[in-house]
Amino acid sequence: MAKPIIQIKELYKDYQNVAGIFPVLKNVSLTINHGDYVAIMGPSGSGKSTFMNILGCLDRPTKGSYILDSHDVSTLNNNELAKLRNKTIGFVFQGFNLLARSSLVDNVALPLVYAKDQKELRVKISKNILERMGLGQYFDSKPNQISGGQQQRTAIARALVNQPKIILADEPTGNLDSKTTHEIMKIFDELNQIGNTIILITHENDIADHAKRQIHFLDGKILEDHMTEKNKVTV
Amino acid sequence: MFLSMLSEAWHAMGANRLRTFLTMLGMVIGVGAVVLMMAIGAGAQQSIKRSIDSMGTNLFVILSSSSSNSGSRSGSGNSSALSIDDASAIGDLDDIEMIAPISTGNAQIIYAGNNWNTSIIGTTSSYFSIRRWNTESGEIFTEADIRSVSRVAIVGKTVAENLFGENDPIGQIISVKKTPFTVIGLLESKGQSFDGRDQDDVVIVPITTAQRKLFGNQIPGSVRMIMAQAKSEKYMGIAEDTITDLIRQRHNIRENMENDFSVRNLTAIAKSASETTKTMAFLLGAIASISLLVGGIGIMNIMLVSVTERTREIGIRMAIGAREKDILLQFLLEACVISIVGCTIGVALGLGGAFLVKKTFGAEIVISMQSIILAFSVAASVGIFFGYYPASKAAKLQPIDALRYQ
Ligand SMILES: Nc1ncnc2c1ncn2[C@@H]1O[C@H](COP(=O)(O)OP(=O)(O)O)[C@@H](O)[C@H]1O
Ligand SMILES: [Mg+2]
Repeated sequence: MAKPIIQIKELYKDYQNVAGIFPVLKNVSLTINHGDYVAIMGPSGSGKSTFMNILGCLDRPTKGSYILDSHDVSTLNNNELAKLRNKTIGFVFQGFNLLARSSLVDNVALPLVYAKDQKELRVKISKNILERMGLGQYFDSKPNQISGGQQQRTAIARALVNQPKIILADEPTGNLDSKTTHEIMKIFDELNQIGNTIILITHENDIADHAKRQIHFLDGKILEDHMTEKNKVTV
Repeated sequence: MFLSMLSEAWHAMGANRLRTFLTMLGMVIGVGAVVLMMAIGAGAQQSIKRSIDSMGTNLFVILSSSSSNSGSRSGSGNSSALSIDDASAIGDLDDIEMIAPISTGNAQIIYAGNNWNTSIIGTTSSYFSIRRWNTESGEIFTEADIRSVSRVAIVGKTVAENLFGENDPIGQIISVKKTPFTVIGLLESKGQSFDGRDQDDVVIVPITTAQRKLFGNQIPGSVRMIMAQAKSEKYMGIAEDTITDLIRQRHNIRENMENDFSVRNLTAIAKSASETTKTMAFLLGAIASISLLVGGIGIMNIMLVSVTERTREIGIRMAIGAREKDILLQFLLEACVISIVGCTIGVALGLGGAFLVKKTFGAEIVISMQSIILAFSVAASVGIFFGYYPASKAAKLQPIDALRYQ
């Protein structure tokens, strides 16, 4: 049956500054299985991004346990976390976060550099994925020479290049128009169909409806966690 | 692996050309200025040192006032001129090692249709010892030549080149003021004096011959100047006084009357010339250090200004799997490549500039390895430190903090 890939118990995160301590995640517990397609929703400031950054090992929780693909993340050192980010997780940001001065191929190949793959192999794999994303003509372009949708597809290509088990996307379509949004969501749908676990943050119901499961955050806690109603799925 | 990182670093330099260029500019200016200025300063010091060494040590020149300052004094007759006897009296002083009376003048020299105008020195053989001046070929004249008023001449390098070209000057007959002289010696080259004259543009003849055959208008037995060498440096102060007292006495100058001669301490003059050059070299060094400092601040600024951009880059790299070690190595290599290339260009331009100064102004330059190493290491370490240190700080952040860095 369904095997858990993410198990979170009593996850707590606060930010401290001179004005005091601000809890952002208040003892969140959650399990996500292999092959899940999860949309995280909730108002601005409810802690969605903070939560996803911890899932992506970009940040550490203040307290609580997080088991990712049978690794207890709290016991791992920075190098081991880097390896998880490299191999197990593909992260897609709202603002793309591409290296502005590198070509698309170099951007996409970067995770392979840190995985220590040979140069020829890196280039071959990266070109292959860029082709699949419909960016075959733009190998040597710089990010500022292509559209936002193309940049996000490049970022997705980069997230996929090491064949991660989980794809995390923080408002991946937040900066895109509705047509491009639709194209990007189609990519996520296909990725999920071939077995990838996908977790994405969104504000919009029709995007969330692409997912199989929807989790609503409010004020640092999970308010609701339910399956998407089938009849609402848009084509 | 390392090679591929190096090529990556090279790539990154090309990716942000403006930053790379500005960083390197700081290095080029700083390092170039130090290398160039130090080369000029050291060159000037070297050339003055060579001139001073070529002059001889612990020297006085005693000049008669009428010859050095003609017209400023109403001619007080024979007594105002220095005489050969004055010279021998100075030579008898305890503090004095050697003396050489000197008569000088200019004359046209003719040899086989070649003409050369040069200065003639009439002196004794001790002149060569005082000035530590040896012949390159042939020999100097002797006491016997002086007594017998021989028509022999010793020529300097410049004169020889202009009169004889490639030919051996020894044994040739030259004509000076219609008097034939046999060339018996060719002097070693001494180069420029510290006041900029060509010391090799000279013909030296016995003083007796000079006075009788060449400068006939002089009072018999009088000399234009006397060169005296003190026994050692510590006698220089006393010797100046004893010479002055001696000549005043010999010239019957009363207590309240001015000297009709002057005693010049050449060593002191040389020392002050060398002090001046030292000061100049120091100033050049100071200017160069300021350039290096300004260049260093420039490097630092550019590196620090790009920290925001680079911190985000570090965040992105860490988010997709770079370890702290990978980031450190990348930035260290990049900083090293930029610094080494920038500083090397700086050294090259500094050396090129020094060479140009030598070519165009004929100034002597001395390339000092220390100045190159100093400038290179200061500029390179500033570049490497400010390229590496902010990156090493960023690499210790959580990836999300690096990504959010403002
Ligand atoms: N680095 C930080 N320092 C301090 N407070 C932060 C930091 N990051 C996020 N916060 C705060 O945490 C709360 C949740 O932020 P976030 O997770 O980005 O919310 P969401 O993504 O749901 O809009 C916000 O109130 C935000 O101000
Ligand atoms: Mg957010």
